[in-house]
Amino acid sequence: MEIDQLYQEIILDHYKRPHGRGLQDATGEHVGEAHHVNPTCGDEITIRVDAQDEKIAGISWEGQGCSISQASASVLHELLTGTGVTDALRVHGDFVELMQSKGQLEPDEEVLGDAVAFAGVAKYPARVKCALLSWMAFKDALARTGAMEVQS
Amino acid sequence: MSVITIPQGMPQYADKPRFDVEKIRADFPILSRTVNGHPLVYLDSAATSQKPRQVVEAIADHYLNHNANVARSVHTLGTEATEAYEGARALVAGFIGARAPEEIVFTKNSTESINLVAHAFSPTAADPRFRLGPGDEVVISEMEHHSNLVPWQMVCERTGATLKWFGVTDQGRLDESDLDGLITERTKIVSLVHYSNVLGTINATARITKRVREVGALLMLDCSQTVPHLPFDVVDYDVDFVAFTGHKMLGPTGVGVLWGRSELLEAMPPFLGGGSMVETVTMPKTTFAPPPARFEAGTPPIAEAVGLGAAVRYLQDIGMEAIQWHEKELTAYALDALATVPGLNLVGPSVPVGRGGTLSFSLAAADGTPIHPHDVGQVLDSLGIQVRVGHHCARPTCVRFGVAALTRASFYLYTTTDEVDALVRGLDQVRKVFA
Repeated sequence: MEIDQLYQEIILDHYKRPHGRGLQDATGEHVGEAHHVNPTCGDEITIRVDAQDEKIAGISWEGQGCSISQASASVLHELLTGTGVTDALRVHGDFVELMQSKGQLEPDEEVLGDAVAFAGVAKYPARVKCALLSWMAFKDALARTGAMEVQS
Repeated sequence: MSVITIPQGMPQYADKPRFDVEKIRADFPILSRTVNGHPLVYLDSAATSQKPRQVVEAIADHYLNHNANVARSVHTLGTEATEAYEGARALVAGFIGARAPEEIVFTKNSTESINLVAHAFSPTAADPRFRLGPGDEVVISEMEHHSNLVPWQMVCERTGATLKWFGVTDQGRLDESDLDGLITERTKIVSLVHYSNVLGTINATARITKRVREVGALLMLDCSQTVPHLPFDVVDYDVDFVAFTGHKMLGPTGVGVLWGRSELLEAMPPFLGGGSMVETVTMPKTTFAPPPARFEAGTPPIAEAVGLGAAVRYLQDIGMEAIQWHEKELTAYALDALATVPGLNLVGPSVPVGRGGTLSFSLAAADGTPIHPHDVGQVLDSLGIQVRVGHHCARPTCVRFGVAALTRASFYLYTTTDEVDALVRGLDQVRKVFA
């Protein structure tokens, strides 16, 4: 396997210049926060989601970890900030599916944007958890905003 | 490295026992495979060692020609299997200088060995040496593997005893500055790692043993990294319990060892209940077999023990002193080589004295930003180099040095200086990817 497939320029760019890093001050019932840890490597992320009127008004995060986990959080911020909750969950579902595809899935750039760069990560089973860390934390945080209950 | 001439009449380097590493490597078929198109460079022996053909063949021979359950059959196969299993026990006993094979308890791994000892402690233990309750203390250290940390936390929680620990100095040595304050009349057991799986530190135990004897406590050493790599004799070390595991010393997974002084094992309650560990069973009550059977409930890891016996024989044929010396030279070479890598920060002793061939480090890019060990390990893997990354099941040790994770290269008797060179070249490549 070629290492360039894993460490694509887009991923390294997001890693070096992450978007949405630094927890934004936000309080209230529409703000949810989650802290997730990868127990095998000690990587962690805290993500704060502000969801109002079925829209994701803000996502901010703080964490420490490898390039894959940090770049993934940055891409998540870029992709989902400002989207509707339903759309965000659809993108979330597509990303999780891509990561669990073992590299067998052709990602849709229309939906996933920069996240298509993670298609290569799906071929490295040991790294899938790194890429999913922030996305799983995001879903937990979103659930805590109560925005998902409105949806269903 | 500067060359110093040792005067005649003094011990010379050439006097040290040595072996031909290429000849050794021929016994390990896996070492000639490729990984991602590159020759395999296996630098993760602290996690698990590779297995020589002789060990794999001994296990296969057992299953193909002698397989039966042990200690319960009158038939020929049962006798052969029992003899092989008990023969392995005797080999292991001889390997660490135990007074009798009965002092060797076969477990699943080091973790089970430590849990078995921890389980013996309770507020109501029949033997006062194992009576543990509020006001009593257990002493460990900040450089423990989780396997010698979590069981003692659990025991203290269960009994109300207090857990205390040795700190670690900036150089990665055990901080013995408050030895007398740490180990006191209240201490019931001191359980320490002998050879750190993260720092590579080999702890000097003489002062600690002396103090433990003064206060009348017990001493356990986690020798998971020791027994595979250097000569170890339980009598020389004057300890009470030693735990180690088969798969780190060329043996198979699934078999570990607890060595304990006979009189202590005899005073300990069973760990798991079941077949093989009993004397007489009636419906309401059971009396238990003497050690080691008391601690080996159920069908034991028979083929695994046979494999471990073969591993012991293999190590004995080469000689533990020769293995120790090989790794010492390799460690000195690697410490010098890694010092040439820009941005590399070694965690643990930086001299090849009182340390073994387990080297953990952090790595930074040219602009000073740390490169996460996962990324280091991934790029190295693309070059065929297998290192461990993460917190190495010793998170408090990592926290002590202010890092969440480290990259670790660890050596064994089959490791070569060429492989150390490959690691150094690989780390240059890592820094290029993350430039």
